[in-house]
Amino acid sequence: MQLPPALRTRLAGGPGAAEPLPVERDPAAGAAPFRFAARLVRFPREHEFFEDGDVQRHLYLQDVLSQVAEAPERPRVPEFTCQVAGCCQVFDALEDYEHHYHTLHRNVCSFCRRAFPSGHLLDAHILEWHDSLFQLLSERQDMYQCLVEGCTEKFKTSKARKDHLVRLHLYPADFRFDKPQKGRGWHTAAEAPGDHREPSEGEAMEVCSEPAAPSPAPAGGRWTYSHRIPSTICFGQGASRGFKSTKKSSKHH
Amino acid sequence: MWSRRLGRLRPVGCGVEELRRRRRERERRFLALRKARREQQLVSKRLLRDDAPEGAGEGCVVAILGEAEVQQFLRLAQRGTEEKERERALVSLRRGLQHPETQQTFIRLEGSMRILVGLLTSNQALLQLEAARCLHELSHSEQSVVAEACLPATSYLLTYLSGHSSDFIELCLYTLGNLIVESEAVRRQLLPQGIVPALAACIQSPHVAVLEALGYALSQLLQAKEAPEKIIPSILGSTLPQHMLQLLQPGPKLNPGVAVEFAWCLHYIICSQVNNALLISHGALSTLGLLLLDLAGAVQRTEDAGLELLACPVLRCLSNLLTEAAVETVGGQMQLRDERVMAALFILLQFFLQKQPSLLPEGLWLLNNLTANCPSFCTSLLSLHLIEPLLKLLPVSNVVSIMVLTVLCNVAEKGPAYCQQLWPGPLLPSLLNTLAFSDTEVVGQSLELLHLLFLYQPEAIQAFLQQSGLKALERHQEEAQLQDRVHALCWTALHG
Repeated sequence: MQLPPALRTRLAGGPGAAEPLPVERDPAAGAAPFRFAARLVRFPREHEFFEDGDVQRHLYLQDVLSQVAEAPERPRVPEFTCQVAGCCQVFDALEDYEHHYHTLHRNVCSFCRRAFPSGHLLDAHILEWHDSLFQLLSERQDMYQCLVEGCTEKFKTSKARKDHLVRLHLYPADFRFDKPQKGRGWHTAAEAPGDHREPSEGEAMEVCSEPAAPSPAPAGGRWTYSHRIPSTICFGQGASRGFKSTKKSSKHH
Repeated sequence: MWSRRLGRLRPVGCGVEELRRRRRERERRFLALRKARREQQLVSKRLLRDDAPEGAGEGCVVAILGEAEVQQFLRLAQRGTEEKERERALVSLRRGLQHPETQQTFIRLEGSMRILVGLLTSNQALLQLEAARCLHELSHSEQSVVAEACLPATSYLLTYLSGHSSDFIELCLYTLGNLIVESEAVRRQLLPQGIVPALAACIQSPHVAVLEALGYALSQLLQAKEAPEKIIPSILGSTLPQHMLQLLQPGPKLNPGVAVEFAWCLHYIICSQVNNALLISHGALSTLGLLLLDLAGAVQRTEDAGLELLACPVLRCLSNLLTEAAVETVGGQMQLRDERVMAALFILLQFFLQKQPSLLPEGLWLLNNLTANCPSFCTSLLSLHLIEPLLKLLPVSNVVSIMVLTVLCNVAEKGPAYCQQLWPGPLLPSLLNTLAFSDTEVVGQSLELLHLLFLYQPEAIQAFLQQSGLKALERHQEEAQLQDRVHALCWTALHG
């Protein structure tokens, strides 16, 4: 199928439509027994016209599957330690470190050291746990925002919000990022000790890399924690042992 | 330019026999898949597997894990004392889960999913990653009961989409995509859990791998049978359409792997015909038109590996959008009344002829919709000398012949000024050829074209008679579907 060379030039040229030749129809054109009529054609979802293309799309996806199985291993690097103060996690692959950093150090509450999977959840936490103005306002109006992105509902209490999450959004009743606060009132790091330290294996995200001496809470906002931690204290698996409190950690169903 | 995956689609270094064997195998698979498609059983899933089993060769069989082993690995992962030990346990579990029997054992074990979800949401990043990989293996099951066993994890998978770890997000997205396609129960839960806003937020990620994964997950969501009523309206109500179109803009930032996914997403939305006017108002026609030009450019530069994967949905979107009434009101026809589109389309048709003839009908479909009601495009077809290349497609297949003849009728029916450009020329000899075809529909379409030609360019009749046209016609005078038209044409030819 030879294409005229001028076609290449036309494609490279500027936009523009051809000046149409005059249209002049004779009614005899559509007279019986002839029945042609120029018409736009539309195909719906399941039409068999799409069969071939759909099968090719399917094969593409399956091919990718088999190719990724052959993908080379991630490059290993000499072991290195997480640079965040107080964390002594060790890595030998950069992707592992990236995930660790984002999981444990990126969205961290500077008041209570809890880590959250997203900025959105962290913001909600700070507001609800560490903002005294929030507490005051919530006595008068609905302040607890639904956690589902896109839902603008607000509630009087965190329990009401949880009910909403479970009923409307089909969230699990024990959703890990909506733990109820223990005790009343709002917390600063100064009031914190001994309270919400529940480091344990396989538990929710709210594990704190906590120093021995709490520092005063900043005026607002979050900063990265920079106290020098004694080298004998190590966070991660070891931390849970060091901080095991005398009372049993609460059972999670 | 194309993703690392596309680049490996062609086998390298194979002998002729091996290539033949692969092609036969491929054809067999193709026939089976077409049957599945016809029965609406075609389920595509994507599986990311990071590493081959240790010391495994080609024929490695994954060991099935028994109940005791699964329990042990779970216990170790949850309560092990050493982190490396816990990781290893999860890795072993994950490998076992490659096997459907282990998957069944796992889901039947009480508390197993709860433990896995606990690990998924733990503070240990590497355990989290491995737990997510276990879920990913489960998501690949072809049994909806396994997909449904993963329901407790979905709220977390969605939550993690607004995180920052791109590898992890990618994994969550592919897992979600697989679960979505397998079970309506999963979709029924994901929608109220906010999957649409979560995707709308995630699509703003700058990571190409994340975007490709998102496109995949979205494309699976859009293919659900309940999508037109329950899913597409909320997708159209979100910011997703604008972002999708942005990711399809041609230019240096266009990533082919990403574009392929979102082009298919657009196709599923458009062919469901929920609210295409909205897409047109967002500039879908001009974006897709420009993308078509870009694809033709890529063909010319022979940077065309895997190009048909993107060309196919783009052609479909354009063709279907052109049928919308909104096109006229928004001046959409104006947007698309760019002669370069015609040039690009023919470059693609030539490419299809060489590399993927099964896509010729899709290209010709667009050609029909461009020319049916548009004198300007019909004129372009003539002035750019595209009639002869078009005729070269006639022998490909009956379906292609009918479409080529239909397009030619689109041109001819516009009157004498058009027919004068059709004859003299190669059209008449080609028509005499198609009259010799056995397919009734092909012959019928040829008769329609002849009728228009005789009407608007009577000088062609003489040439027709001189080239034994009558004989070619008479061959069909007994055929019920054709006789009336054959007789009418014979009469016209003789009494002109």
